[in-house]
Amino acid sequence: MDTREIICIGCPLGCPIQVGLENGQVTGVTGNTCKRGEEYARKEATCPTRIVTTTVPVEGGRLAAVSVKTERDVPKEKVFDIIKSLKGVKVQAPIRIGDVVASNAAGTGVDIIATKNVT
Amino acid sequence: MLSYDIVIIGGGPAGLAAALSAQKRGAGSILVLERDKELGGILNQCIHNGFGLHTFQEELTGPEYAWRFILQVQEAGIAYKLNTMAVDIRRNKVVVAMNREDGIFEIQAKAVILAMGCRERPRGALNIPGYRPAGIYSAGTAQRLVNMDGLLPGREAVILGSGDIGLIMARRLALEGAKVKLVAELLPYSGGLKRNIVQCLDDFGIPLKLSHTVVEIRGKERVEGVVVAQVDANHRPIPGTEEYYTCDTLLLSCGLIPENELSRRMGVEISPATAGPWVNECLETSVAGVFACGNVLHVHDLVDFVSEEAAAAGRHAAEYVLGGAGALPPAHADVPIQPGQGVRYTVPRVMNPARMDGEHKVRFRVGGVYKGCYISVYLNHDRIIHRKRPVMAPGEMEEVLLKKEQLLAFPDLSQITVKIEGQEPA
Amino acid sequence: MYDVVIIGAGVSGAASARELSRYQLDICVVEKEEDVCCGTSKANSGIVHAGFDAESGSLMAKLNVEGNQMMDKLSKELDFPFQRNGSLVICFSDAERRGLQELYERGIRNGVTGLRILGREELAGMEPNISDGAVAALYAPTGGIVCPFGMNIAFAENAAVNGVEFRFGTEVLGITKKEGAWALETSQGEIEARFVVNAAGVYADKFHNMVSARKLHITPRRGEYCLLDHSAQGFVRHTVFRLPNQFGKGVLVTPTVHGNILVGPTAKDIEDREGTNTTQEGLEELLGKAGDTVKGLPVRQVITSFAGLRAHEDGHAFHIGEPEDAKGFVDCAGIESPGLTSAPAIGRMVAGIVRDLAGAAKKEGFIGTRKGIPDPKALPQEAWVAWVREHPAYGNIICRCEMVSEGEIIDAIQRPLGAKSLDGVKRRTRAGMGRCQSGFCSPKVMEILARECGLDYLGITKAGGESRLAAGMNKDRL
Repeated sequence: MDTREIICIGCPLGCPIQVGLENGQVTGVTGNTCKRGEEYARKEATCPTRIVTTTVPVEGGRLAAVSVKTERDVPKEKVFDIIKSLKGVKVQAPIRIGDVVASNAAGTGVDIIATKNVT
Repeated sequence: MLSYDIVIIGGGPAGLAAALSAQKRGAGSILVLERDKELGGILNQCIHNGFGLHTFQEELTGPEYAWRFILQVQEAGIAYKLNTMAVDIRRNKVVVAMNREDGIFEIQAKAVILAMGCRERPRGALNIPGYRPAGIYSAGTAQRLVNMDGLLPGREAVILGSGDIGLIMARRLALEGAKVKLVAELLPYSGGLKRNIVQCLDDFGIPLKLSHTVVEIRGKERVEGVVVAQVDANHRPIPGTEEYYTCDTLLLSCGLIPENELSRRMGVEISPATAGPWVNECLETSVAGVFACGNVLHVHDLVDFVSEEAAAAGRHAAEYVLGGAGALPPAHADVPIQPGQGVRYTVPRVMNPARMDGEHKVRFRVGGVYKGCYISVYLNHDRIIHRKRPVMAPGEMEEVLLKKEQLLAFPDLSQITVKIEGQEPA
Repeated sequence: MYDVVIIGAGVSGAASARELSRYQLDICVVEKEEDVCCGTSKANSGIVHAGFDAESGSLMAKLNVEGNQMMDKLSKELDFPFQRNGSLVICFSDAERRGLQELYERGIRNGVTGLRILGREELAGMEPNISDGAVAALYAPTGGIVCPFGMNIAFAENAAVNGVEFRFGTEVLGITKKEGAWALETSQGEIEARFVVNAAGVYADKFHNMVSARKLHITPRRGEYCLLDHSAQGFVRHTVFRLPNQFGKGVLVTPTVHGNILVGPTAKDIEDREGTNTTQEGLEELLGKAGDTVKGLPVRQVITSFAGLRAHEDGHAFHIGEPEDAKGFVDCAGIESPGLTSAPAIGRMVAGIVRDLAGAAKKEGFIGTRKGIPDPKALPQEAWVAWVREHPAYGNIICRCEMVSEGEIIDAIQRPLGAKSLDGVKRRTRAGMGRCQSGFCSPKVMEILARECGLDYLGITKAGGESRLAAGMNKDRL
């Protein structure tokens, strides 16, 4: 039996929530004041994910860099791997919002897409 | 001279939403003046996600959120000029602007919408002693360098101020390969969203020290380090608590100031509490036909609320142009809204029940952290709203909804008061 | 071998260079920093003193009054901002009136014109925000304000146009007498010259003492300042000093030529000749003392604070001329307040000494005037419109707070002795000097500097040396 301490991000209350875990399964959630808090804590304790946003250099565009993101959320522990996988990646203008800049980033199966037009 | 129904100063989120809504409400000709090289304003450098949950029910990055509005503005055929600076707005609503292509030109507007946004409080305003080396940036400037130019301002950073931009930049620097040693916050609580504290600091193991400030900057050419000290209840550094951090970068995230130099010069009255114009429920300033919305009016924490507020300003500006102004002689005088216990300010400052649409939002900020308290609204001495809030903090804007019929029905209404009741601030 | 090497491109060195460039002389200015106006000349009150302060009969008094009188014509010839806004020395008790009277009489002896002692009523009429405790004032209508960068840069540019060579990043390490000449050991190799002008500010004693047995001693005296935004413009219209009393000297509150309000300086003797850091105590002392002079100073409008060092010589005297035991070495040392005011007269005096020593003749084709960077927004609107139509880069505003256009910044970079850094651009154009303190414009100015100087972004500095603005590119060390 394992207990994970999670600070809820749902609202400024920032409830300290304890999530009981056994073999990766949630056995109990305490400390939350609302339902949303419980849901958040369950996910954060078992499979926390994040959207990763960063930039990639652009050649031949009006801007030097284009902003990009993971097309959907990725496991939190993969965040730095994804950033590192983009080192050295460059794109050519024009880039349209939604264009795939790199596919299957760091083996996550998630593509990196542009979040901005750079012409 | 060029002539437009509505000239909007600023093509950021506020200006774009105001333009769309003004057109929808029937304004004939609209011109947006944008000083940067693209529409979207500060959103273009806010490349993180978390925008649009209210407006689009999905999580977008700043540039994506901006793009949804830019696309609509382009599709609607609304005119805009980029790289164009409004240099003066005269009281008769002649806007003087300039750019490379047109030189200096004047535009006669029937209504003007102020949507210039805000700027960051610089180091000098904080009076942090020490040298003036390279490597001291306001968080937004660093954000522009990292997110738009792909430049890393430094290798080791200390951040003063835990406002959202500071927190977001802590994560950006950490992700791009810089070491963020500390976020220091003068106040005993963070001005940023809980979400950002967890996802921008905790995720990266970046410490946050509350009730701490930078008391000295060392390094003559480039920052070499900063001295951080704990502060007492009056924000005075406590001797003996000094700690030295080596770093080559100091980011400042110490507050935003609405950019009202043009407004002030044209005689728009400014509220000392918000540093933005005083407005009525139509978001009209003290100069008739001049409206304000977004961060030039008061500093927001969510862009969704900016869009909503700006849409209201655009709609009222269109109504003003279409002859609504003055056509409806108020049967009732303006009723002042008084910020009571715990409330720093309200926007708007006055409400006119006769002029109101069905209902209007009053947005406000509290002066401290309140737990388990109530937001109360009084018409004269009668309490009409008493809503419990588990927690309120200065970093998050609050709102209450006032209904026209409720106000009209109240006899001899002379004051509306918004206050926090229940207990003392935590 | 040069005829003359001037050590220091501050206002004294630049003024001397400009005056010497009238003669048939081969002149070089060596400066350890990357630009002109980087030491004492860049961080001071920007005051043109009337001349009632200095001891009557002293060189300081003479050059102060002369410099003041030269300012109108010179500011037109060399196109730098100068205003005669008048100055006031206020006092707080009847007992202090005697002090005002002494200043008045000294001023008359020094040749200051127009001096008058004002009563409370007239004073309050001229300066409504004056402290309630002020009972009388000495009014000097000849007092003025000048842009310290503007004047220094104007002298230097005009000198350069007239053939003076400037070597930046060149620090003098040693000076030795050789056969009929001086040899300067520098960080960039040896430089020889028949004559040396020592205009090295807080370092002037160091160089003097290398060549003379009659030692000088200069103490860096730190003065801290706060600068208020334009929104405080009009808070005071005159330069307001307070009469020194048993509690000390007080600080001045003055408008600047650019419409800001400046408060300062403190006075603290320090060891470090580069100690231009501000301090908590200093800033607090400053704002406290300003409260004695004026009431309701809008301290929330402070946009920046800074510190400068005065080159305080032990006897508080200007040392200009050849030491008896170092022929051909001309000191221009101990130049502290009223050094900026005196600069035009100092330049003339130094040039006269060197000319006589060298027996130099006037040269043909000396260009006596210089045009600064045009400021079209100061023109009537019609002329401004026409200017921008012809010069589109002036239509692109880069610094929104000070309304500085791309055209002005490009000019600042391209002109003689042009800007090479963010601070160089700032001192020449005011881009970054406003209320946001370069928050918005610094990335744009960096872009223009990179383009105009053919530099990589990573090579762009705030003020030369190691003051690089960016450390690298995103992800470069991952």
